[in-house]
Parts: sequence; structure tokens; C-alpha cells
Amino acid sequence: MNKKKKIAEHELAPLQKARTGIAGLDEITGGGLPKGRTTIVCGGPGCGKTMLGIEFLVRGVLEFGEPGVLMAFEETPQDIATNVASLGFDIQDLANKKKMFLDYISVDPSEIQQSGDYDLEGLFIRLQNAVETVGAKRVMFDTLEALFSSFSNPAILRAEFRRLFRWLKDRGLTAIVTAERGEGKLTRQGLEEYVSDCVILLDHRINDQISARRLRIVKYRGTRHGADEYPFLIDEKGMSILPLTSLRLQHTVSNERVPSGVPDLDAMLEGKGYFRGSSILLSGTAGSGKTTLAASFADASCRRGERCLFLDFEESSNQVARNMKSVGIDLEQWSRKNLLFHESWRPTQYGIEMHLLRIHKLIEQVKPQAVIVDPISNLAKGSNDMEVHSMLMRLIDFLKNSGITAIFVNLTSGENLEATSVGISSLTDTWILLRDIELNGERNRCLYVLKSRGMAHSNQLREFMLTENGIKLVPAYIGPGGVLTGSARLSQEAKELAEERMRKQGVRMKQQDIDRKRVVLQAQIASLQSEMNAVELEAELVISQEEETDDQLKSNRDEMAKKRQAVW
Amino acid sequence: MPLKAKPKRIGSAKAVIDLRLYVAGQTPRSLAAISNLKRICDDHRGNRYRIEVIDLVKNPALARDHQILAIPTLVRSLPVPIRKIIGDLSDEQQVLIGLNIVEPLRKKDKKAGPAASAARSAAGRG
Repeated sequence: MNKKKKIAEHELAPLQKARTGIAGLDEITGGGLPKGRTTIVCGGPGCGKTMLGIEFLVRGVLEFGEPGVLMAFEETPQDIATNVASLGFDIQDLANKKKMFLDYISVDPSEIQQSGDYDLEGLFIRLQNAVETVGAKRVMFDTLEALFSSFSNPAILRAEFRRLFRWLKDRGLTAIVTAERGEGKLTRQGLEEYVSDCVILLDHRINDQISARRLRIVKYRGTRHGADEYPFLIDEKGMSILPLTSLRLQHTVSNERVPSGVPDLDAMLEGKGYFRGSSILLSGTAGSGKTTLAASFADASCRRGERCLFLDFEESSNQVARNMKSVGIDLEQWSRKNLLFHESWRPTQYGIEMHLLRIHKLIEQVKPQAVIVDPISNLAKGSNDMEVHSMLMRLIDFLKNSGITAIFVNLTSGENLEATSVGISSLTDTWILLRDIELNGERNRCLYVLKSRGMAHSNQLREFMLTENGIKLVPAYIGPGGVLTGSARLSQEAKELAEERMRKQGVRMKQQDIDRKRVVLQAQIASLQSEMNAVELEAELVISQEEETDDQLKSNRDEMAKKRQAVW
Repeated sequence: MPLKAKPKRIGSAKAVIDLRLYVAGQTPRSLAAISNLKRICDDHRGNRYRIEVIDLVKNPALARDHQILAIPTLVRSLPVPIRKIIGDLSDEQQVLIGLNIVEPLRKKDKKAGPAASAARSAAGRG
């Protein structure tokens, strides 16, 4: 009662919550179950009610230091312990350590006779004893309604249940009560009439032969909560729920670049590769080398010492490893070093939401820096496009939020290559298209970067070659008949080489010609020069003779004048 | 309270029956159950009964060990099979059926063997 008064005094204080530790449940409930109150977990047979409750108790002990009490009405603690041992919970050990109290309440209606008035004080005594023995903060009843088959007087039971829930509340115990789902109401016996703070409905349904478990918070007083149906999974690590709509577009972006594993491709992406944390779509026709390109990235990631999760919906890990060896990529070494985690499962193995959930779980476990999904187009099988689109959108958001570089491989078919079957191209940051080009009786691979947000990528169409040393990208030739690849490119290359050789030869010949001409001309120049020299020599001779003659004539004249004594 | 003596002829009307009454504290319902039980036994069994009253408030662990839920619960541990009667025992007829002592102190019961007792017990259960 004291506690009740306290709560009344602090009415404006927000509702306190007890974290469940169950992956995803705390997110959709905004922090856990209402602390100090009772939550009903209802659902049909086999939907996971007991699992949820036990995980609540076990995680309460292991993660939050809150001991718990399990009041089992249907199964013995040994049975329950065996059942949950497969999920990695050792409740018997917790019971031995006095962290958990297991009480099996067995009432055999055949050996009970009723005579007069009674109440269920025995239950309260047992509960109190259990709570005090381990100092419990959490209690689970599985399932309280079993009492209705043991005791014939429902009026007494209802009164006692009301008393029980008040008892729990007064002691501030956070409780889970499981209940079978009833026709037209949440629980068969209408327990929700007594406990109405929080009701969680579990559902297990089969669609197209694929089972899907779903959880819905029918009501949660005094707090905001997710109202959708959330798929959940029970596997060897317990229960996990995927909050589908709590994802928002608020991820931080990184300017760091991660090489793609193909240096030639990096060269097309500003020489640096992808942005870390971005989503890359590799789409292409069958056999165009998508998986190899993705594997190159995985190889490069592991080489950097980063973890990589390779989700394969087509091939087994061994097959991929073998195939990649033929192009010089050894994935096995990374698997051995626990850097590469290769998970393969059939897309038809689960419903589409289950895939997402499983991927989430794997990512939480592996904590990779890179994720490869090969191929997403396979996921679309058996589901409608809208579901797949919304699933991939959430997956991409989740990966971006986690800063994980993701490669999505998409198989395209038919005419329109620049369209993905599930229309996610707009969600991805980089889109690399691989296509086959058929020419001259050959089929060759071609790669181009259709888009790459935030970088000046190459617009070149490149031939994509799988060599035993990995992927090589060669500039493709654009000939008159279109793009030339393969042997057409080789012949074009040879042709160009020959032409070049011819050209070079021509130049050489011309040069020789010129040299020869020069020699000839120089010879001509030399002969002309010598001719000129001869002429000049002759001219000089003539002149000197002329001068000599002139001098002679003059001296003769002088002589004659002397002789005539005309001068003196 | 330990058993004083082993009953010689289990199942017969002469055999001693061991009764345990589980109560929780001195509530009016518990006290009513104790006095009702004593009265019924005195009327129908004479001195061939033993009653042990167990207060679960003092011994809470016994509630778990003995699988007690409803209060008050009367358990007949001997003769087997174990039978449980819940309530304040105000309905005498139900108590007698429950304890399988339908006929009060009849002489012909002297010769009743285990087979007859088994038949009666089957009838009483129905």
C-alpha cells in the first residue's frame, strides 16, 4: 500500500519500465514492460508466450540483476529447463544460484473434492516464499488460466486473480502472465479485464506454407509504443523482434572511401572506391560477373582486416569459395580467420520479413563492416514487390545507420537493364551495371558506373574481364558497329597496332627520303659551290690578266713617251 | 507430527486414516475448517483418525512441497490414493465422499476387504 501511495504522489513522473533484454522488444515498447505492473502475453498454442516470459526472467537475472520467479502451471520446471536449454538458457543453474525460483503448481482436478468456501492463499504463500527466497523483482505465471480447469468455481478464481494482480502491484513486482487466446477476445478467460496496463499479443501464422511469427502490443497504458505487427524470431539465441518502422533517415555519413577490390574499378570512382557506409547496387544479367565483383569487395574488406557478412540466396558457401578460387580470390582463408561470414539459405525458407529479421540478427552477431546480399532479386520470389521493396528499404536504412558498406547484387533480365526488379535503385548510392554484349558470335562482359552519389565517377563503358588474378577492366572500343569487346576488340587492337606500325614505317621512310634528298642537295650545293669557285677563280684570273695588260699598256705608253721625250 | 502406528488393514473402515489440514493463519475460514473436520471425524470415525493441522504461514515451504494451492485443503494421505478436499469443510456430505467414508460406522464394514474398499473408492470418486 505504501508503494501505491508513492506512485500516487508522483503521478506526473513518467512510467518506469523494466527492460526485457529481448532484442527489439525494448525498442518498440519504448524501454520495456511497465515496471511494477503485470503484463499479459496472449496468443494461440505454440506462438512463443512461454519463451517470451522465460527470456524476460533469464535476461532479468543475467543482464539487469533482477532475480525472478517462475510459477509454472502446465509444465514442470525440468521440462521448461530442457525446452529453454536449446536457447542457451540454463534456468536450473540460475535456480541453484538462487537467482531464480522455479515453482511448479500441479493441480489434478480428479483428486480434488470441494466442500465449502476456499481461497487460493496457498498460491500467495508460495509466491511470497518464492519472491522472498530469491529477492525477486520479476514474476512469470505460465499459464494462470490453467487453474480454471482445476478449480470448478470461477467466481472464486476471478476474485483471487484480482487479488493476485493487486498483490503483485503492491509489491512492485514486474510480472508476465501468459494466457491462451480466446474466441473474440484476447484471452480465453478474460484476464485482460483485471490487468490492463500492458497486453502483448503473439501470433503464429502460415502464409504460402511459410510460417511467420508476429507480435503486437495491443495496449500499453501511459506510454507511447509501436502499434504495428512486428515479426519475431525464436532461434538458438532466444527471441528477437524487429522494429520495422522505428527507422528514420538520420544516419551519419562518412567521407571515408573503401576500395572496391578491383583497382580498375576504383580508378573509375575517382581512384578511391566506394564511400564507407554507402549502398552499392550491382545489377546485371545472368553470368555477367556480379558475384565475382561482390566477392572481390569481400576479399578486399577482409584483407583490410574488416569483417564481412556474405549472405547468399543462390549458392552454398563452398560453391562460391570454389568458384572464386578460379579467378584468384581465396575466400576460404578469410572464413578461417573469422573475417568472412558466409551465410546461405534458400529465399523460400522464410517469409520476407523473416529474412530481414535474420539478417538483422546476423549483423548484430557478426558486427561486420561490409555486407553482401546476393542476390536481392531472389528474395522477391513468393512475395509481392511492395513487401520486398519495403523490406529492402528498411534493410538499407538499417545498414546505413550502422555504417556498414553494403553490396546488393541484383539479377536483371529482359530488355530493360537499367531497372531493378524490385525498384531499389533509387535507394542505393552507387549503381554499377554489368551487361553482356553479343557481337561477332561472342558474348563479352561490360561494366559501367550508372551512378555514384557524391563523386565524379567515370562515364566510360569498360570491358570486364575475369582473369585468374581477379577482375580486370579494359577500356572498350567504340567502333562503327557499336562497342567492340572481346576478340573484336582484340582484332581492333591488332588493326590499330598494324596501322601504327605502318604509320611509323611511313614516317621512317619519309625521313630516309628526306635524308637522301638532303645528301643529294648538299652534293649539288657542293658542286655548285666548286663551280662557282672555278668561275670566281676564272674571273679573278681574267681581271688580273686585264690589269696586267692595263699595266703593260701603260708602261709601254710611258716608255714610248720617254722615248719621244714628250714627258720628263 | 509423525505417524504413531501403521494401520493394520489399509482401506478398511477400521483402518486409521491420516489427515492433514493445511490452513493459513488463524482466519475464520481456517478455524471453521478445523472444527468442521474434528466434528465430522468424531461423528464418523470415532478414534480411528489422526489430524495434523499445518499452518502454511509458519511453514511456507510446505505449500510447495505438498502442492497446496487452495486454503483450506484437507489431504488424506492414508489410505492411498491421496485425496484432497478443499474448502472450509462445511459440506459434510462432500467431505465424506471425498474421504471415502460414505457409511458411518457400519458393522458390515468389519468384513470389508481391500477389494470392497477399492470398489467403494471408485464409487466415491464418481
